[in-house]
Amino acid sequence: MATAETTNPRPDPAVFADAAPRRRRPSSRPPWMEETPVWLTVLKSVVLAVIVLMMLLPFLHVFAVSFSSYKDVLGGGLILFPRSPTLAAYEAIFNGGIVVRALQVSIGLTLFGTLAQMIFTTTMAWGLSRPGVPGSRALLFVVLGALLIAPGIIPSYLLIKELGLLNNYAALIVPGLISSFNLVIVRQFFMNLPQELIDSARIDGASEWRVFWNIALPLSKAVLAVVALFYAVAIWNSFFNAILYLQDSTKWPIQLVLRQYVLQGSDLANAADTASNQPLPPAKTLQMAIVAVATVPILIVYPFLQKYFTRGVLTGAIKG
Amino acid sequence: MNRAVYLFILPGFLWYVVFHYLPILGNVIAFKDYSIFIGIRESPWVGLQNFRDILTDPAFEVALRNTLIIEGLQLLFAFPAPLALALLLNSLINERVKRGIQSVVYLPHFLSWVIVIAIWQQLFGGDGFLNQILLNRGFEPVNIMNNPDIFKPLVVLQTIWKDAGWGTIIFLAALTKIDAQLYEAAVIDGAGGWRRLINITLPGIRSVIVLLLILRLGSMLTVGFEQYFLQRGVGAEAAEVLDTFVYFRGVVNGDWSFAAAVGLVRAIFGAVMIFAANWLAKRFFDEGIF
Repeated sequence: MATAETTNPRPDPAVFADAAPRRRRPSSRPPWMEETPVWLTVLKSVVLAVIVLMMLLPFLHVFAVSFSSYKDVLGGGLILFPRSPTLAAYEAIFNGGIVVRALQVSIGLTLFGTLAQMIFTTTMAWGLSRPGVPGSRALLFVVLGALLIAPGIIPSYLLIKELGLLNNYAALIVPGLISSFNLVIVRQFFMNLPQELIDSARIDGASEWRVFWNIALPLSKAVLAVVALFYAVAIWNSFFNAILYLQDSTKWPIQLVLRQYVLQGSDLANAADTASNQPLPPAKTLQMAIVAVATVPILIVYPFLQKYFTRGVLTGAIKG
Repeated sequence: MNRAVYLFILPGFLWYVVFHYLPILGNVIAFKDYSIFIGIRESPWVGLQNFRDILTDPAFEVALRNTLIIEGLQLLFAFPAPLALALLLNSLINERVKRGIQSVVYLPHFLSWVIVIAIWQQLFGGDGFLNQILLNRGFEPVNIMNNPDIFKPLVVLQTIWKDAGWGTIIFLAALTKIDAQLYEAAVIDGAGGWRRLINITLPGIRSVIVLLLILRLGSMLTVGFEQYFLQRGVGAEAAEVLDTFVYFRGVVNGDWSFAAAVGLVRAIFGAVMIFAANWLAKRFFDEGIF
């Protein structure tokens, strides 16, 4: 198994085209470390290559099928590159209305929801990050206690029902306005801002709001970006609240439409439409096109997420 | 003192009270015969009747058993998987290769369960990629995605595929905290790679492992919702877990009080488990979270 030894694996160059170093750098192998035996290097490279392929190939396959023509799909087998690529499936689902509407719903929810979440999270985090506020310790326990005790499905549902929010998009945003976890991360960051800067702004007569808006927020862009992305990804992916609170299927966001047409196999003729009289593309390609459009937004924001969490914005804050 | 600070806290505080702590009080319906038409206040008290009903409910027994078996499999396989992967990644010297692999293995964590299961369905489902290959070569198709006998290991595999990479983050952070001089000293004393793993690396991240185990035991009866809900077609006998049980009994069948009672038992059990695990960890490892 894996050991504390270190090695310079030479993985399959096709897979690691991006990751492979362009020029040889001086080895960062610590001087005390023995050379790794060849068999171990090979073993590690193979294991890692298999893991990476297991993560990447399914995506490649999904995208390839979504661009495939009838002939490619009928041929079956391993499709990683469509032989005669076509946009027919995408044209069909984008003409069909249902997927387009679901995408609009999901985009709208994600934008408004993330904005509302950021407002509630940053203001409370700022309040709780200020030193010497009487009662702020007790208030912090209100936040942390929420991590330990969850209200449960049934009472949460009854609350939304009592508030008259069933079948209302607010029911998908309001119950998740603050994540205690994200709030703690932002608060930790605010606490570490240079106090002298804040004090001098106060002496110049800046109000609490001005300090927050003109000093704290601009200095915290990195952590705010990563928290906003986490919120946005969660709303884009949210499924449970939608199934719980939206009975009206015409209001469904993309994740529920995806389930209906891909997992439950509802007739795609309802979701897809070809403007002309051409026959509908094969069901498989339509389904994979829906999977692809639900995945692409995540793939787009992923590099940004990646950039921040490898820098340790999050792990640093968690430690605090 | 700056009063304005309280204005910053107020909206969030009110949100916590209304949307987090108020529903917790709503659990009183577990002690009532709640009817949605007459409301929480007017519904009659029934004492512990709902809790007695739990004990004799055969469907609850199935859901509890499934939950415990899946949690056991998760602890055995899905919990150590990120640790093993983190050790492997940590042993890479080339930073670029390491970061490249990290960015690939974190990715599935950010996809919804609907997408993950759609992808698995496409690969291993009835008319999926694997079965097409088998059919083309003249073999019998295999039933993987809709087979109650293998559902539990399957869902654990899906969990590993989705989250093992992401789980490495916390272990990798802990691994970087280990003092490199310890390794150097061990090498001088003649310790090989294996001994360094057992005697330096694992003890060095022990507190993180214990912390994660404690949290894990606290959520022992919560194995997730979506992955089971989406694959319930395989049959409730194999795929019903406590979360889906509460949802279907309460929200779908309108058996509100009974479902709330199940939810409450689970929450109390979780809290007890966290404290018990913390006590044990303090006693035997001298570690704990509070």
